[in-house]
Amino acid sequence: MKKSRLPFATLLLVLVFFYLPIGFLVLNSFNNSRYASKWNGFSTRWYERLTERDDLVAALGNSLKIATGASLASMVLGTAAAFALRHRASKLQDAHRLLVAVPLVLPDILMGMSLLLLFISFGLKLSLFTITLAHITFCLSYVALVVQARLQDFDFNAVEAARDLGATKLQAFVKVTLPLLAPGILAGGLLAFTLSIDDYVITYFVKGPGSDTLPTLVYAMIKKSKDLPVINALSSIMLLVTFAVVAVSQRLTRPTPSSI
Amino acid sequence: MASYLRFENVTRRFGSFTAVDDVNIDIQQGETFSLLGPSGCGKTTLLRMAAGFDKPDAGRILLDGKDITPLPPDKRPVNTVFQSYALFPHLSVRDNIAFGPKIAKWPQDAITRGVDEMLDLIDLKAHAGKKPAQLSGGMKQRVAIARALVNKPKVLLLDEPLAALDLKLRQRLLVELDAIHDEVGITFIYVTHDQGEAMSISDRIAVMNKGTIEQVGPPAEIYEAPRSSFVAAFIGDTNFLDGRVTEAIDPRFSRCEVNGFGSIVIDNDKPVTPGDRVHLSLRPEKLLVSREQPSSSDLENAIAGKVEDVIYFGSHTRYWVRCGEWRLCAEMQHRKYQLDEQSPKWGDTVWLRWHANDGFLLEQYRAEDEGLLTLPDEDS
Ligand SMILES: Nc1ncnc2c1ncn2[C@@H]1O[C@H](COP(=O)(O)OP(=O)(O)OP(=O)(O)O)[C@@H](O)[C@H]1O
Ligand SMILES: [Mg+2]
Repeated sequence: MKKSRLPFATLLLVLVFFYLPIGFLVLNSFNNSRYASKWNGFSTRWYERLTERDDLVAALGNSLKIATGASLASMVLGTAAAFALRHRASKLQDAHRLLVAVPLVLPDILMGMSLLLLFISFGLKLSLFTITLAHITFCLSYVALVVQARLQDFDFNAVEAARDLGATKLQAFVKVTLPLLAPGILAGGLLAFTLSIDDYVITYFVKGPGSDTLPTLVYAMIKKSKDLPVINALSSIMLLVTFAVVAVSQRLTRPTPSSI
Repeated sequence: MASYLRFENVTRRFGSFTAVDDVNIDIQQGETFSLLGPSGCGKTTLLRMAAGFDKPDAGRILLDGKDITPLPPDKRPVNTVFQSYALFPHLSVRDNIAFGPKIAKWPQDAITRGVDEMLDLIDLKAHAGKKPAQLSGGMKQRVAIARALVNKPKVLLLDEPLAALDLKLRQRLLVELDAIHDEVGITFIYVTHDQGEAMSISDRIAVMNKGTIEQVGPPAEIYEAPRSSFVAAFIGDTNFLDGRVTEAIDPRFSRCEVNGFGSIVIDNDKPVTPGDRVHLSLRPEKLLVSREQPSSSDLENAIAGKVEDVIYFGSHTRYWVRCGEWRLCAEMQHRKYQLDEQSPKWGDTVWLRWHANDGFLLEQYRAEDEGLLTLPDEDS
């Protein structure tokens, strides 16, 4: 029987569609020329230039701080939300479920605006802290989603077994529930981390002066064409990091062989 | 005899549905006690209340004279073997078994000794380092048993521990379980819906139906002297006959008129007086099938009928015999070489014979219980 070529062709098309622009970007980050239109030989000068930019390093630091804070906080809150949502249905639960899911689809611009209004009306000074708070609001939903999925096929008999064997509620949670859910929580956290790292729209609304993150700084830099190749280099590095994070997160969410 | 684990008027409702209805059971120390009943009759609910996962709406549960009803699962000296094993997938076999002792803060060497003992008992020493996912179903079940037993519970609760295994393995593990019970001497409460399992492993059986206990007793008593049509039909197959008592022969036996084939002699398993309506359970293997009319005697019943169906099972044959309006099932063991025998065939006229002692008068009869029998009715 002749194998159909269709799947292969589709795959190729998808790959080209997705990765041609990215490949182009990576290629250009090694282009000695300032202009993308012509290849002037291989060079790592843009990467070297990258290390000299204090503002970039500061923004990267900000981004990392925010992403770390936001993903840690959303891991805790998202897991709590997922657990709360497991309990039996009621009107309140339906509302809860909806409210947790909505930020996944809410336009960023709307979220950014509303958060900004909130912060202002509360008299909060816009800073890294407000950005982190804003990021937690949407990251939480993603963590909750991932952990909820994990809870779907979670064997709660194991928790009962722990209680049966003498563990208190807390001991059972720490020794059984948490280790079994850890991969899911961690995967959710990594997802939150990547989302936080590259958020632009919401950050733009709630950032104060001088609290640039990587995306907001890059956007500002794009306006100056001499910085473009530096951004290419920066983007390539971020791409590498993102790939690594996604790979790790996929490993973690891969269904573990069940205990049955 | 003093009871060790006692259910006292235990009731559990889910909304308007009563899953366990005013149950009273006394379980002796060291016995293997089975809860046997069809799916949904409340066995698991009862067991979960003993383990502490569920609380009765009324009644109490006493262990060794102490009321344990308000205690949470971790404060009860009982352990459970779950139907789904519920092993900890992130821990090795050894650590699964050591879970209880570690929580109880045994000294390290006691833990090691206890776990090693259990690994010997279940014969899984070679697999101590494996994770549950790397074990077969039978191995997992043995780990689940060891994990519970290592804590030396006062009572071990087993909820259909073999249900997920195939027949051969089930039979083997049943024997192993029995041996383990003999070795550790702990009280076992064994939940099952499989009458064969319950019969072979139990000292006593409680037959449950719709949240209530129908009968408690040793396996042979349950089988030979079922109190209700439910017990008679759920445990093994049987024929139900009903008739009216016509004459008391002596204190032990009465004569009884059955519509369709006249009068038979019955044992007074319960007090009867002429005029009473009675229901009789007559097990297929108690009926002897023969071609010739047996010589009559006082306490032997013999009725003629026509063979309507024959099913050959190798070690025995089942005959369905039409006797008037009744269709009786009789089972004949083959103790002789069959090919030389002239066994009854379809359409033959045969005699069914049984001693008055071989039937059993039911205290309680419900027509719906006939649905539990695997005896096919006429159209099938
Ligand atoms: N948490 C619950 N909420 C509502 N109904 C329940 C609950 N637990 C059990 N029931 C009901 O109580 C009845 C008895 O359930 P139980 O699990 O004790 O049956 P079982 O005898 O163990 O049956 P099986 O052999 O199928 O395991 C069932 O009809 C079940 O639907
Ligand atoms: Mg059950």
